[in-house]
Amino acid sequence: MTEVFLFLSAFLASAVEMVEALTIVLAVGVTRDWRSSLTGVGIAVVALAAIVAALGPALTLIPLNALRLVVGALLLVFGLQWLRKAILRASGYVALHDEELAFAREAEEARAAATERRAGLDWYAFTIAFKGVLLEGLEVAFIVLTFGSAQGSIPLAAVAAAVALVLVVVAGIAAKEPLTRVPENTLKFAVGVMLTTFGVFWAAEGAGAHWPGDEASLPVVLAFVVLVSFGFVAALRRQRPALA
Amino acid sequence: MNALRRFGHFWWDFVVGDDWRIAAGVAIALGATAALAATDQPAWWFLPLAVALLLYLSLRRAAR
Repeated sequence: MTEVFLFLSAFLASAVEMVEALTIVLAVGVTRDWRSSLTGVGIAVVALAAIVAALGPALTLIPLNALRLVVGALLLVFGLQWLRKAILRASGYVALHDEELAFAREAEEARAAATERRAGLDWYAFTIAFKGVLLEGLEVAFIVLTFGSAQGSIPLAAVAAAVALVLVVVAGIAAKEPLTRVPENTLKFAVGVMLTTFGVFWAAEGAGAHWPGDEASLPVVLAFVVLVSFGFVAALRRQRPALA
Repeated sequence: MNALRRFGHFWWDFVVGDDWRIAAGVAIALGATAALAATDQPAWWFLPLAVALLLYLSLRRAAR
């Protein structure tokens, strides 16, 4: 059961971040230069692989309880930020993330930027694609490493991220445009719920608490986080017309 | 120095995000969980409730 949650969480979080990275790469690729953009993507992927290769084995050396406390706390803070944003979006307090709009803004900036060639590359296209993939990829690496190490299964989390990468890239190549039909807020909501659930579970264990039924209580924590989140969405939606 | 500040700023944004009170609240709640666990009383119930309260307070501030 825990493995299924782990796989789903790593897969969903990776898919959301990869959709955002794809939008950036498509925008600079279409408006500037594909060779420079794809070179940026390639070097960012190598940098990410080096980060994961360096940090992954180091994390497995930390005692499990200390690791779960630190990782749980980080996931909890990270997950609550995702959940907070997703609840505010779902209740109408913050505009939904729009990949089409993000693509149009990136493309407009790419068109307006001056051309500077370095090492035979369009430097703007290279750096934007590199930064976009590296920054979005860091979030994926963070989630894969923390989830994987706290559950003792970095390979499973890495496989989930790889499956998400393949799916997003294939969908991007097939669509040749930003993946606007991906229900991004729903996915972010789900990821926020998963990160918060694992964060609560591991951080409490790391702090010395014992869950009744051990890992069997994980679905109960998940149900609690889901109920609380939907409750806040409903309450904020009711409150919103009164504010308008 | 500028690069160091940018590096620190990136990680602050990356982990802590829009509301630093959530991070501070999580740290306090974990301390309280550890203190409760040290008394041999059941401590598992505390963190989920603390998280719900932190989320409520953060959303209330954001929705104002």
